[in-house]
Amino acid sequence: MEVDITPRHIYSDTELDRTEGEAIEALKRSTQQPIPDPDRWLDEELRRNILLTSLDTILNWARRSSLWPAICFPACCAFELIAANASRFDLSRFGMEILRASPRQADLMITAGTLTWKMAPQVKRIYEQMAEPKWVIAMGACGISGGIFRSSYNVVPGYNRIIPVDVYVPGCPPRPEALIHGIRMLHHKISKRSITEG
Amino acid sequence: MALKTEPFVLNIGPVHPSTHGVFRMRATLDGEVIIDMEPVFGYLHRGIEKLAEERTYTGVIPLTDRLDYLASMSNNLAYVLAVEKLAGIPVPERAEYLRVILAELQRIASHLIAVGAFLNDCGAFFTPFLYMFREREKIVDLFEMVSGQRLLYNYMRIGGFTQDIPDEFLPALDKFVRQMPGFIDEYDRLLAENEILLARAKGVGILPKELAINICASGPVLRGSGVNWDIRKVDPYSIYDRFEFDIPTGSAGDCYDRYRVRVQEMRQSLRIIEQAMKQLPSGAVRSEVPHLIHPPTGEAYAHIEAPKGELGFYLVSDNSIAPYRCHIRAPSLMNLTALREMMLGWKIQDAIIIFGSIDITMGEVDR
Amino acid sequence: MTLALSGQEVVAKLEQQFPGSVIESSENNLLVKSESIFDVAEYLKSSPELDFDYLNYIAAVDYYDYFELVYQFTSMKHNHSLVLKTRCYDRENPAVPSVVRLWRGADFQEREIYDLMGISFEGHPNLKRIVLWQGFEGHPLRKDYL
Repeated sequence: MEVDITPRHIYSDTELDRTEGEAIEALKRSTQQPIPDPDRWLDEELRRNILLTSLDTILNWARRSSLWPAICFPACCAFELIAANASRFDLSRFGMEILRASPRQADLMITAGTLTWKMAPQVKRIYEQMAEPKWVIAMGACGISGGIFRSSYNVVPGYNRIIPVDVYVPGCPPRPEALIHGIRMLHHKISKRSITEG
Repeated sequence: MALKTEPFVLNIGPVHPSTHGVFRMRATLDGEVIIDMEPVFGYLHRGIEKLAEERTYTGVIPLTDRLDYLASMSNNLAYVLAVEKLAGIPVPERAEYLRVILAELQRIASHLIAVGAFLNDCGAFFTPFLYMFREREKIVDLFEMVSGQRLLYNYMRIGGFTQDIPDEFLPALDKFVRQMPGFIDEYDRLLAENEILLARAKGVGILPKELAINICASGPVLRGSGVNWDIRKVDPYSIYDRFEFDIPTGSAGDCYDRYRVRVQEMRQSLRIIEQAMKQLPSGAVRSEVPHLIHPPTGEAYAHIEAPKGELGFYLVSDNSIAPYRCHIRAPSLMNLTALREMMLGWKIQDAIIIFGSIDITMGEVDR
Repeated sequence: MTLALSGQEVVAKLEQQFPGSVIESSENNLLVKSESIFDVAEYLKSSPELDFDYLNYIAAVDYYDYFELVYQFTSMKHNHSLVLKTRCYDRENPAVPSVVRLWRGADFQEREIYDLMGISFEGHPNLKRIVLWQGFEGHPLRKDYL
């Protein structure tokens, strides 16, 4: 049986492909160095006299107690994240059971999977759509450094090439307990912030 | 007065809660009805086929885990069978039986997620999914006992296994096999005649029989359309010809039939595991294999019935320690070919269900 | 068990229909000229005693002098299979006829071979890159890709 598969779209798919390809090549050229981690101020903690005001304490407690993750599920680590959300390792005891589809309502991005150059502009766009304050957990070996696929032609060596990362959780894939440990580390990091440095 | 509408293009994906992985559809809609659809993928293309050319034969096994990451044992099995066919390495009996037990357990685990995610897409937001995950945690505990890992096991080796199963595995497996039919009955009681599921999935996304064969579909997608083709029966690999089991097929080729085929396959897998446990012999679990394998120059293709369909590895060797070419026949890529035909004329919400019922894993499609 | 047909069994019928198209037939596979792939495949699909209605896979291998395309067909009715090969000696612009009109399943596979190896398929209605983006330079699966 012969079925005609000549594509007839109302838009020009070659034009769309070309513009998207140019965006990917531009991103690839412009991200040659990894973005430094956003916790330089932790080193200066000893030099500064940190007196957290009670306003800081309340704000930090509110921000860390119900972080809503944005959905960014490329690959295998996604299933350990879903298992962490399921009933055995319950993430909703940290207030995180809502996986927000819309990045505008999320404040945490858990990057669960390998990042490829084709996907990189989309992840950067999702990160830019999240409202401040926002945090990123790089989950798994692929998120930290490219993992087992590092020498491939299409794999970005770590999410910190395109977005600043706060916590790195190693493993391939990390166990749900390891992910929960990483989330607790992020809670400690958030509790040290002060509203004066934004 | 007739309503005048203009078609517009909507981009569904690649980041979307219901697309199983990073899959993008450029859908042209007229109102809510889909009139055209173009699939775009490649967002998870990691170059596994190219990376396989620079690793030894044993070093490719962890790469094959990451193809269909929900069915790691099956991927390992297909690759290891291909290398053994290429190099002519025999496998001891105990290893063969263990392979069958692990592959069928993996099939149950993968179908649990497939069914759970399909029901998630239908709108039963998370309740059946969490029920299925409860059972999957039991299976994942069994796998952790055996290999130490929860998701990507890297357990099978060329010629068998390096380590035998621990003593507590068989009693735990026995307990699981006794309990599992009760759980499948519980799901059937809640879901099989459920009005909402029937209204949303019956008659939706029909894949006719001739089209299914023409696009070279395999697995539950092909069997849901009424074709009785299962590689475990027509081309038995390993020792599958020693077990008795049925092949469930659907009749209409709609989403409901594919869902029923998966649930019934879980029951048949339990049957195979029971028979294999009774017949399990003792002995070595790995034949004498050199540390670095040098297969003779040649090529081989071995295929298995993975949970998603026919997974095959085509290996070319040039007598060195790394494969010259490793091509992966991915079932999800072939099953996706007719997605456009299945979706035309349906609304967006049906499109999500149709896509969920094919049950693909992007690690396999993109490789 | 699926019977793997040897090349010699089929070569007599093919020589009768398409003289000169078969280059070599061995126990495991059948090597044909690249221009006649479509005609040979159509004959293999439509002849009643062969009846190959299922295409298992299409693979492309880069041996430094030539590209080799490997097709495996299976017949569901008779439960036998056959491996067909063809070679392409042009490194700059290799081209082979497409079999997508016979088996739809070849659609994405041929696009992927075009994307990763650079072999173009004549007669494919939608030959563009599928896993990499448009604007990517080179064909990664070739042996001389850096």
